Amino acid sequence: MTDATPTAAATAVRLHGHEGLVADLSSDQRSFKRVSWGKAMMWIFLISDTFVFGCFLVAYMTARSSTVTDWPNASEVFALHVGDTELPLLLIAIMTFVLISSSGTMAMAVSSAYRKSRRTTALLIGLTAVLGASFVGMQAFEWSKLISEGVRPWGNPFGAEQFGATFFMITGFHGTHVTIGVIFLFIVAWKIANGSFDRDGTSWLSRGAGDYESVEILGLYWHFVDLVWVFIFAFFYLW
Amino acid sequence: MTDKAFSETVAAQDAPDTHGQQHPLKLYFAVWGLLFVLSALSYMVDYAGLQGLLRWSLILAFMFAKAGLIIAVFMHLAWERLALAYAILLPPLAVLVFMAIMSIESDYTLDTRATEFSAP
Repeated sequence: MTDATPTAAATAVRLHGHEGLVADLSSDQRSFKRVSWGKAMMWIFLISDTFVFGCFLVAYMTARSSTVTDWPNASEVFALHVGDTELPLLLIAIMTFVLISSSGTMAMAVSSAYRKSRRTTALLIGLTAVLGASFVGMQAFEWSKLISEGVRPWGNPFGAEQFGATFFMITGFHGTHVTIGVIFLFIVAWKIANGSFDRDGTSWLSRGAGDYESVEILGLYWHFVDLVWVFIFAFFYLW
Repeated sequence: MTDKAFSETVAAQDAPDTHGQQHPLKLYFAVWGLLFVLSALSYMVDYAGLQGLLRWSLILAFMFAKAGLIIAVFMHLAWERLALAYAILLPPLAVLVFMAIMSIESDYTLDTRATEFSAP
């Protein structure tokens, strides 16, 4: 066995902290110890997605700070009339709370998945999917409201022309991520409910025999979608 | 230790940690609550109409606090080994360099537009 070399002997007891970091990276094996390939691949996908959204936000910064016309005031553009009062960013705030709650239910789902409570896990993932779907619904409402007010990718009645392009691009890409997440959440909830995760033998998205790790991997994706919204909320809506 | 027994020990230690990511529900609820509070506070920044440096620093502070909580607790990064944490957290710093470059570039664009397109 190639593992039983003096080098491997030095790492027989896993080091921690920065010594562990050096040992892991120089171990001449896989670097990410105690992490399955599925989880490592999801993280690497999420880093690439970080760059995609990072570039969108940098593009937005570049557009916004190079216009000679004033940028539309998000707090007024996204205000909602409730009765006689105008509440700034009300719908966006509700969307934020809905998405955070869906992240909370997802964390609960991962936790109950590792405790092997099948019914609770399926229900919590289903609840996460419903919250995610209502987020997408509110986003669709937001889009139609803005479109009916004349916001287009090439211009709008509120100020700088680039506002529409960046708004549709950034929230549209995020909404697409949420939608894809909702679809996968429903599929996984369904597969857990019908017992695919507990039966022997692998199937699509499940390794069977009580291995619930794909719930945690799906959770990573879902929390990332929430994470991206944190940045969009701060930079696009509040800034 | 025989070679076989040794490699089995190493393999067991490096095996995916499928049972390790179990944390008290209390912790998740606490983070959930904190995220609600932090979101409410960042919303209040806009509602109160704060402006200037105070507004931006508060928005950024609440944003990083929320992002940190989500990554560390909900995504379990606080319990992963440093090799994975660094591989995830360090590359995005390149975006900050890109941001700095584009910030200089957009200043230049703004100056050019102000000079070339402004009414005489």
